[in-house]
Amino acid sequence: MSDLDSTTRTPQTIADSAVVCRGVTKEFGTGETRVRALQDVDLNISYGCMTLLVGPSGCGKTTLISIMAGLLDPTAGEVILLGQSRQQLTGRRLVRFRAENIGFVFQQYNLLPTLTAAENVAVPLIIRRHARKEAIEQAADMLAAVGLGDKCHSRPAQLSGGQQQRVAIARALVNRPRLLVCDEPTAALDARSGRNVMDLLRKTTVQPDRAVIVVTHDNRVYDFGDQIVSMSDGRVDSIEDRRTGERPVTMNSASTPSTLHH
Amino acid sequence: MNWLAWKMLTGDRAKYLGIVFGVAFGTLLIAQQSSIFVGLMRRTSSQIIDVTEADLWIMDKAQQNIDEIRPMPETRLHQVRGVDGVEWAVRLFKGLVRCRTSEGNFRQAILVGVDDTSLVGAPRRMLQGSVFDLRRPDGIIVDQAGFRLLFPGQPVTTGVTVDMNDRRAVVVGICDVTPPFQTFPVIYTRYSQATLFIPAERNSLSFVLAKAKPGVDQNQLCQRISSATHLKAMTWDQFFWFNIHYYLTNTGIPINFGITVTLGFIVGAAIAGQTFYLFTLENLKQFGSLKAMGVENLRLVGMILFQAAAVGVMGFGIGVGLAAGFFEFMEMSGQADLRGMYVPWQIVAITGTAVSLIVTAASLLSLRKVLILEPAMVFK
Repeated sequence: MSDLDSTTRTPQTIADSAVVCRGVTKEFGTGETRVRALQDVDLNISYGCMTLLVGPSGCGKTTLISIMAGLLDPTAGEVILLGQSRQQLTGRRLVRFRAENIGFVFQQYNLLPTLTAAENVAVPLIIRRHARKEAIEQAADMLAAVGLGDKCHSRPAQLSGGQQQRVAIARALVNRPRLLVCDEPTAALDARSGRNVMDLLRKTTVQPDRAVIVVTHDNRVYDFGDQIVSMSDGRVDSIEDRRTGERPVTMNSASTPSTLHH
Repeated sequence: MNWLAWKMLTGDRAKYLGIVFGVAFGTLLIAQQSSIFVGLMRRTSSQIIDVTEADLWIMDKAQQNIDEIRPMPETRLHQVRGVDGVEWAVRLFKGLVRCRTSEGNFRQAILVGVDDTSLVGAPRRMLQGSVFDLRRPDGIIVDQAGFRLLFPGQPVTTGVTVDMNDRRAVVVGICDVTPPFQTFPVIYTRYSQATLFIPAERNSLSFVLAKAKPGVDQNQLCQRISSATHLKAMTWDQFFWFNIHYYLTNTGIPINFGITVTLGFIVGAAIAGQTFYLFTLENLKQFGSLKAMGVENLRLVGMILFQAAAVGVMGFGIGVGLAAGFFEFMEMSGQADLRGMYVPWQIVAITGTAVSLIVTAASLLSLRKVLILEPAMVFK
């Protein structure tokens, strides 16, 4: 187990972190078909920064992001999500927790094709039982904030890929989430649109009380990350903190660098 | 969330209309075929329906329905009249007769001979002439549809003649009757006249129609008549259902219509179920997103049930409307003899239940997929 379990971990550390993973393991299937997707992962995601989760296909990025977003239960290990133990978040409580605290941006945008842009952005508010009219007004403001104030009444099919991803970002932000989880937000976009989207994400999402996790294959957008977590074979290989300029710290299953714990 | 469910449902017009069409088609088949079946069964008792003055029908004990008559001796009438509690009792003849018109047309017809004095059993809805014209020599009243069968292409009018058993009969009135099961003309005449229009038989009394005295229990009176005369005595209602029961259990009609109605149910369920299922499958990613964003399973179930209810109500409304419109159109156009057939409220209720089952089955199929959906699939 990593030194997160040791005396070096303090309440201050957890309070500073949006997500803390300790010895997280995830297995799928049973018996001969059992696959270990994550193995003993230790990781801190800090508030006020954008963390890029990078690595080859099948390295466990999606599984890790699903666990950190409260969409998947780990097989072993502990996850502290926005100060709360993931084990204590179950059933309706977890669903409500997600609705109130976590925003999602998907690779394929996942906008509802039959709704207008404003209606799509309003969906998380409607889920939280806001009045529809009020929700759509708030959504229009959020669309204006991402530069799509004039596209409120457009349907997804009438928007470019970049514009659709902006709508998806507006939808993710409309609830003012404390954790924003983005899955390959630039994968379906050309280089220019991808940079625009990342630029927008940085400007609109990185806040002192919010953490942003971005899963990406796209090395052209690495410049936008504050922290780059490299993964392979279900493990965290290295963590580079670009704010401090520290060189990437190589990880292994037996230890976790002290730089994670300030 | 119902707003969202509605938007998801109606966003793709083609699929939405496809599901509604499936439900409407199933509804149409079920409602229309069931209504025709009910209409046909009702027609088997048409002559019972048209006799409104009598409380009781008395007949030979061996009689199974209104069409297969076992004639009784005239003395039976007097025996019935002698039973305590009977206000009055009259004779009724019913049989089949061969008619020949002056143009040479030949038709089998239902001949009803009503009591000479009281005319109990005579038609109540006269279109031309009067029931009292039956007292004229050789007078008969023919139903309007039957007249058209006897005299095709001719204006419906009184004064024309037909031959029955080589005896001349004059049409003195045109009436409207409940359409009979067999598409035969219905001819009314006096009882004494009727016995002349048919080949001679030793007995000719088909039924005794009786009225109970005020305050007398009809069921008890039936029992008294049966024990006193050894005849079968039934109230109007009992005889109506007794007759229908005979046709239900002794003909293939219920099976034929049952097959069609079942096919309607299966085809409707298959179209609606498959389209709705595919619709949900196509929206699985959207449902996954909603789940990830914090929509509970219960609310997703509510959304799907709302969508199912919406297409169910629309399809049901259209289907029942089309079925009702079909009977209206047929009645007006006269293309087929579906006179008097309509969609009874009971059929509407049964069809509604069937449609509920269809959309519930369709939504249950879809629900399972959504309920087992891992929200983490949105990242795949």
